[in-house]
Amino acid sequence: MTNPKTLFDKIWDSHVVVDEDGAPTVLYIDLHLVHEVTSPQAFSGLRERGLRVRRPDRTVATMDHSTPTTGLELPMFDAQAARQLDQLAQNCRDFGVPLYDMDSPERGIVHVIGPELGLTQPGKTIVCGDSHTSTHGAFGALAFGIGTSEVEHVLATQCLLQYRPQTFLVNFDGQLAPGVAAKDMILALIAQIGIAGGNGHVFEYAGPAVRNLSMEGRMTLCNMSIEGGARAGMVAPDETTFEYVAGRPHAPQGQDWEKALAAWRALPSDDGAQYDRSMTIDAGKLEPMITYGTNPGMGMPISQPVPDPAGDSDVTRRASLEKALRYMELQPGRPLLGHKIDVVFLGSCTNSRLSDLREAARLIRGRKVAAGVRMLVVPGSENVRRQAEAEGLDRVFVEAGAEWRNAGCSMCIAMNGDQLAPGQYAVSTSNRNFEGRQGPGGRTFLASPLTAVASAVNGQVTDPRTLLTVSGDRHFQSAGHL
Amino acid sequence: MKPFTTLTSAVVPLPYNDVDTDQIIPASYLKVTTKQGLSQGLFARWRYVSEGKPDPDFPLNQQKYQGAQILLAGDNFGCGSSREHAPWALLGYGFRAVISTSFADIFRNNALKNGLLPVALAPQAHKQLLAQVQANPAATVTIDLRSQTITLPDGQQTAFPIDSFSKTCLLQGVDQLGYLLKQMRRIEEYEEVRELKN
Repeated sequence: MTNPKTLFDKIWDSHVVVDEDGAPTVLYIDLHLVHEVTSPQAFSGLRERGLRVRRPDRTVATMDHSTPTTGLELPMFDAQAARQLDQLAQNCRDFGVPLYDMDSPERGIVHVIGPELGLTQPGKTIVCGDSHTSTHGAFGALAFGIGTSEVEHVLATQCLLQYRPQTFLVNFDGQLAPGVAAKDMILALIAQIGIAGGNGHVFEYAGPAVRNLSMEGRMTLCNMSIEGGARAGMVAPDETTFEYVAGRPHAPQGQDWEKALAAWRALPSDDGAQYDRSMTIDAGKLEPMITYGTNPGMGMPISQPVPDPAGDSDVTRRASLEKALRYMELQPGRPLLGHKIDVVFLGSCTNSRLSDLREAARLIRGRKVAAGVRMLVVPGSENVRRQAEAEGLDRVFVEAGAEWRNAGCSMCIAMNGDQLAPGQYAVSTSNRNFEGRQGPGGRTFLASPLTAVASAVNGQVTDPRTLLTVSGDRHFQSAGHL
Repeated sequence: MKPFTTLTSAVVPLPYNDVDTDQIIPASYLKVTTKQGLSQGLFARWRYVSEGKPDPDFPLNQQKYQGAQILLAGDNFGCGSSREHAPWALLGYGFRAVISTSFADIFRNNALKNGLLPVALAPQAHKQLLAQVQANPAATVTIDLRSQTITLPDGQQTAFPIDSFSKTCLLQGVDQLGYLLKQMRRIEEYEEVRELKN
């Protein structure tokens, strides 16, 4: 018998085109997703060299980063962003790349529409000029973010030059408690290993708590792999995966479906497969998580106090944490619970899918966003928006006093005018709390959709479990599936 | 791509860990369609106290560091977003190398493809270098890519790792796409075997 292989090994090995001594592997890419911000210079490169897009049939483009989330019919307020969108449209026309543009009913955040349209499938290699491409690993695909030079490489050759990364198994034992979600799992992992903890590795998430997650929860988990330093995170495909993919517009049909299914069932890691590293987290002991600092590794269980840098013997590390707390204007040793907030952002490629919106709506129904707090709800795609509206979720949010928006990256990256004012505090369901990420001088607490809603209602950082107890809502027994 | 062989330069210290690409170049500077003009946005949130007004405390704004082509940062430089605008902005400003103890994977890949050399030093050597350049801002280091060594201001030599493929590309100033394009026949064969033809 051949050596037992991991899920990663199987996908990597089946995509090796050339493996020469003294050079990185030439790896075949099955699906290349493109957006407006990281592609223009790559298309210019093709023009300069007189190259075409080699496989437009394996390339899909959308507009998401700098797009407005209000008044899509209006001219964009930002001429520079508008030019960048025009450039993408021109590039897609010139090179024959399919584009979900501002008029498309399928448009949305690239990592939301890929799965939604059935483009994301188990066993595929998937890349995009965006670090959150790791999201697609939820399907048992090998998916990772690349730079613009690499975007050009893939456009020109459908291949990438890559060194084989190492593998890192993360087992989540047990089951999540009510009020604790996939977002808390990934924030807990990153808080434990640090934001460089996964550098050079690909995570595989396994264990009962991962098996029990919906596809949307698995996407949240894989999405933030990059915040732990790993370019990719993966979950072995199972019936949950197949059920999600079946019948989607780009999913295999009929006989092709049966054939694909047989191949996908062979993907999970073999018994006895070896990982370079592994660790186990008891999911049953996890609390809702929140970040206090200026990178996603500066996170803690929501009941804990802000750590004190004075105890750190490493000079640079201490200086970094001191700088973070200075920026955040937080006192070491004090709890974050009860900290006043100004804005709540529910959205981003991490937490903007239908189940995120449903869970959030269930908690906010019959409640109000606290006076003085602004809450933005930004669905991940136009499809998500329409489905949410069909279920009346938009009205629940609006009646609670939140703003209901059109799809896009919005306040996660603050390129489109949706941003914090200097000094404001936000609880955000997005993925990065870097200085100024959500607007110059803005301060971000990363958390789950439930924590975001609970904080919006109280106008201060709030443990969502306190509201679950009050409402006695049995639906929240399932919140862990998020 | 400009070849990289040797570089002797003063060093700008930025002794923070986990400097992310949102700090190297904030997203508001990414609405461009070329690689030019990004140096204005380099470290914009730290470099300016308000629109266009330099913060005198930030090293890049200090006279003693003008013209330095090497940046010295803390651990895990370049984490976060995949934006290649980060190395473009650093190069546009005039940096040719960044020294740290470690780099985020995507940033390192992006830097190497543009002729910006990421130099990862052992923590001890990194600490010594930081102390030496903080004591004397005019002190220079020499990076020799061919021998993969860096000479610290005190004369101490230390080695740094780089993969041989990237090294050759940097020394010759050729980009990596050329190698991929030469593999076209193999790529087509691969597609035939996997029945991936159009």
